[in-house]
Amino acid sequence: MPLLDIRTVSKNFGAVTAVDGVSLSVGEGELFALLGPSGCGKTTLLRLIAGFERPDAGRILIDGNDVTEAPPYRRPVNMMFQSYALFPHLDVAGNIAFGLKQEGMERRRRAARVAEMLALVQMADYARRRPHELSGGQKQRVALARALAKMPKLLLLDEPLAALDRKLREETRLELIGIQERVGTSFVFVTHDQEEALGMASRIAVMERGRVAQLGSAAEIYERPNSRFVADFVGAVNLFDGVAAGSALKAPAFDTPIPLPELADLPEGTAAALAVRPEKLRLSRARPDGIAIAATVASVNYQGGISIVHAATPSGRMLKAQMASTAAAAFERGAPVWAGWDPADAVALSR
Amino acid sequence: MPVTGWGWRQWCLIAPPFLWLFIFFLLPLGVVAAISLTQAADTIPPYTPLFTHGPDGLQAQASFANYRLLARSDVRAYGNSLGFAALATALCLLVGYPIAFAIARAPKAWRNPLLFFVILPFWTSLLIRVYAWITILQPTGLLNRALEDLGLINQPLLLIYNGFSVVLGLVYAYLPFMILPLYGSLSQLDESLLEAAADLGARPARVFREIVLPLSLPGVAAGALLVFIPAIGEFVIPDLLGGPGTLMVGKVLWQEFFDNVDWPEAAAVAMVLVVLLTAPLLLAQRLAERAT
Repeated sequence: MPLLDIRTVSKNFGAVTAVDGVSLSVGEGELFALLGPSGCGKTTLLRLIAGFERPDAGRILIDGNDVTEAPPYRRPVNMMFQSYALFPHLDVAGNIAFGLKQEGMERRRRAARVAEMLALVQMADYARRRPHELSGGQKQRVALARALAKMPKLLLLDEPLAALDRKLREETRLELIGIQERVGTSFVFVTHDQEEALGMASRIAVMERGRVAQLGSAAEIYERPNSRFVADFVGAVNLFDGVAAGSALKAPAFDTPIPLPELADLPEGTAAALAVRPEKLRLSRARPDGIAIAATVASVNYQGGISIVHAATPSGRMLKAQMASTAAAAFERGAPVWAGWDPADAVALSR
Repeated sequence: MPVTGWGWRQWCLIAPPFLWLFIFFLLPLGVVAAISLTQAADTIPPYTPLFTHGPDGLQAQASFANYRLLARSDVRAYGNSLGFAALATALCLLVGYPIAFAIARAPKAWRNPLLFFVILPFWTSLLIRVYAWITILQPTGLLNRALEDLGLINQPLLLIYNGFSVVLGLVYAYLPFMILPLYGSLSQLDESLLEAAADLGARPARVFREIVLPLSLPGVAAGALLVFIPAIGEFVIPDLLGGPGTLMVGKVLWQEFFDNVDWPEAAAVAMVLVVLLTAPLLLAQRLAERAT
């Protein structure tokens, strides 16, 4: 039995359908990401799970109990808000103790739990501070400690890292994973940052216009996107649009159709596309065997250990190749190159 | 040219408000304080001079007789004023809080129209609105007539010229001054704080008690001051709606000044009122400091 079971849930706001027939389940101890661009319904879905919104259709089960109609204060989930929503009139300890007080935990046990939570997020020295006396990173820790204090079975996190600066975000990402492993609570977090989702989640649901576009592990989503949208949204990609022709793709970018066995079932002429990740695109001075597209190096973008080489085809298309900076040194702006890839690295997209 | 500190520009900037306060507040207050130390006389102006030229040069003629008289005869009026104002403040809070809360939680498009209704009574003079209450409350007034027609009462109820009508009038007149600052602090309340509290297991009543109420205390303090302070010195409402049992300081002041032409006594009454009002002001300031 999954810990969280969402069954064909829909939610409309007026004429806008925010969540459209979403079904998914989250198991115990999972670190699950809802990933998508703004307006895709991911936050609404999170709020439906927390109980701040009621679905127009579908059921939500937590630990086997139907909580679809239950108010937030009766659900065994807690949420970490994007704005943190710390109570400004209570100090750090008071914020963390708030939920424990609501369930009537006895004073001494409450103090012990608060101390435990403060230690968990390394904020033991700040128990008496008020929220306005804390930095952004410290507030984030307090918000996490407060949400975990009641030891919920499921923790919801709304853009947990969005308010932090980049360096802190990367540190905190690792800390969050560590804390999740230690407490064993399932985390469901919402993010618009694909790097964050890929780097943290055991499974990801990519959302598009209220629906789940693809659900799978980070590697599945990245390596085997099932649609143009997912391929384009998650990570950088070279996309070649064309039409299915037998078990090949006919595209203006290619001189001859590229064989793609996945397209065998599609009728001739159906719109399809081919996706190649930049790190799978190979540039060479000599024409490679198999797939070969002529291009000219347009720019070399140095990013430290790796570099991104942009190459323009005669038709004006920009190809993106990622490689070690040592390898990129071989390519100069304006130099003619050949682009190609291993057929196994190309993904056929029929949607 | 100095980089920091106060140059003539800075003084020019703050001079007008200070000058204003000095000329129209501090100076008159000093004059009133001075008059309160003199005696009434059949002269123009109707009080004895505070300083006289005697054989030993300038001599002060200050006396606290007015204050002694006040302590003997006007204590009840002060008590009434404090009592009615406190009761009216408490009732305004009780009635105004739910209204302010409802407006602050109403859909955004409704808030301004609703606030407009709160302010609407100000479009008519207070005097006229208080007169209107007389026609409602008097023994042959609308309310008694309606109750009689409904067969609920045989004899008219005594609704006017007593403490009830004075407090009703005060609550009616000052309710907007309670609602507006309360609305101000309640509308700034971050919705996610309420959601966070509910998420952590707080039922609506506890969300209110532990989050909404504490965070709206600055609004409560501001509203209470805006009602309590003018209500204490209120003259029109007790004069029109009150009776012999509801003498308030404002009325005493009027009587001393206009009926008895005893300026020094009236000045003393006013000075004591000023001193009494600084206490709640200081308290409110303390509250506001603690809240931030």
